[in-house]
Amino acid sequence: MSVVRPFDKLPVLNSAAILLVGTDEDLQQQLAQTILKEKKDFKISIHLATSLPLPAERDHIRPRIDLIVFMINVQSKYSFKNIEASLAHVDANFFLGKVCFLVTGVGRVNRCSVEMSAVRKLGEVYCSPLIFCELELEGIRISTAQRLLRMLQICAGHVPGVSALFFSSLMRSSNDE
Amino acid sequence: MDASEPGKATAAEPGAHLASTTTTTTTLSRGPAAGRSRLLFGHTPLRRAAPPSPAPQENADPQKIAFLLRKQWALYSVTPLYKFSYANMKQYSRHLSAFVAAEKQKGLAVEVGIDLGIKVIFSTLLGLKGTDRDQAAILVQIASKTQTTSGKEEEKVVWSGWFCCVFGDDLLENVPEDFTCLPLFLANGAETYTAIIGTWFQKTFDCCFSRLTISPLNLAWMAAMWTGYKVDSHAVATELIFSVPCIPQGLDISYAIHPEDAQALWGTVQNTQGEVTQEEVDLFMDCLYSHFHRHFKIHLSATRLVKVSTSIASVHSDGNLKILQSKYLIGVLMLLTELAILQIQ
Repeated sequence: MSVVRPFDKLPVLNSAAILLVGTDEDLQQQLAQTILKEKKDFKISIHLATSLPLPAERDHIRPRIDLIVFMINVQSKYSFKNIEASLAHVDANFFLGKVCFLVTGVGRVNRCSVEMSAVRKLGEVYCSPLIFCELELEGIRISTAQRLLRMLQICAGHVPGVSALFFSSLMRSSNDE
Repeated sequence: MDASEPGKATAAEPGAHLASTTTTTTTLSRGPAAGRSRLLFGHTPLRRAAPPSPAPQENADPQKIAFLLRKQWALYSVTPLYKFSYANMKQYSRHLSAFVAAEKQKGLAVEVGIDLGIKVIFSTLLGLKGTDRDQAAILVQIASKTQTTSGKEEEKVVWSGWFCCVFGDDLLENVPEDFTCLPLFLANGAETYTAIIGTWFQKTFDCCFSRLTISPLNLAWMAAMWTGYKVDSHAVATELIFSVPCIPQGLDISYAIHPEDAQALWGTVQNTQGEVTQEEVDLFMDCLYSHFHRHFKIHLSATRLVKVSTSIASVHSDGNLKILQSKYLIGVLMLLTELAILQIQ
């Protein structure tokens, strides 16, 4: 079983790769399109997957993954369980800022099938930031794409002086006293 | 967590609030140190106290309680009523009758003085309290007079609604005097009457009604907790209805479980005495989902639970309730009161 590793391949000049993992394929496609439409000055490749591990056959042509975004849909417990199972196939070095959890479907409180406490616990256990959004709304989708693009730039090392380790500041929430 | 009673001279502990010396005022708000922390978005409590075993309630009128069963009730959450008095119920009946009659006549040219035959009756429902601090439940009925074939005038109830509060300690702690807390409202009958009654209450007591919708998480809690109740007489199959997303014409999956099997499963899962935890509910639902997957290869966890029917009661996520057994009425109302309080906070 292949595990996704952060540093087992050489980086390509002026480009970055992001991997979106989630069961909601339509939302993934929409988010990927929105990210591609954003203005950027480097080459970006977006990889979509419903779960990990990624198939081993195409491993040699896959570029180095700079940022993994796990998409959890709070309206579907299945997506949550799927992400939990996929996390086992990620190398531990990724969790130093190169992983983030995107929690979608939070717009409708009455359709929650996943407990918020379980989602927050996942973020704490894996030391990765949680981003809550509602991807069905165009405005929020665009701002989420901009956020992810900025995080990708930092994870790929394109921003001098800022490394992915600084994302731990995104994890401290206002509820903690 | 105990609250220091006003009027008692207590030695102040560091960080605790000093007891107020007057006996009539209650504290309006508490700091973040005391009191249950406000639940954030989407949070459900990790554990809930198991509902009390059905004890015979004092003064419960079995006929009135039986009237509540086997009817479709629409659920609403109500903020506390300002200056409501149980002594003035006759006055409220008269005012509300006039209001309903006036609303019904709007837009019609009618002679003054004709009795439209609509009467509103206020009464208290005894036996629907959880603790002594809960306020007594109130029943409001609209009766209209109809002429029967034999020429006699008969009163028929066309609309009923009742307010209640069962184990509403969360809300009662922080509420000042003059407010009556009855957070749960159930209505049966024409939607127009519900709107008229709601408007009158909102104008008279400065409260706010909103429809109580139930999330799939809370429906799963209800399915688990109500399956655990032992029913002596003929038990109905536990039925769960799921709505499949992303399909244009809408697909509903109905999953019926034999009541004894469901109870046996819950019996093996639930082992902490006196309380039910989130893990137990999750395990119960996961067992049902994996059984379904083994047979039909469909992941029910990717669908949305919309309706739960057990032998005790059946509830839909839009906020429609039907109670089938009076024995566990308090347990059912306790859970719904908690959801209503969460919605108005």
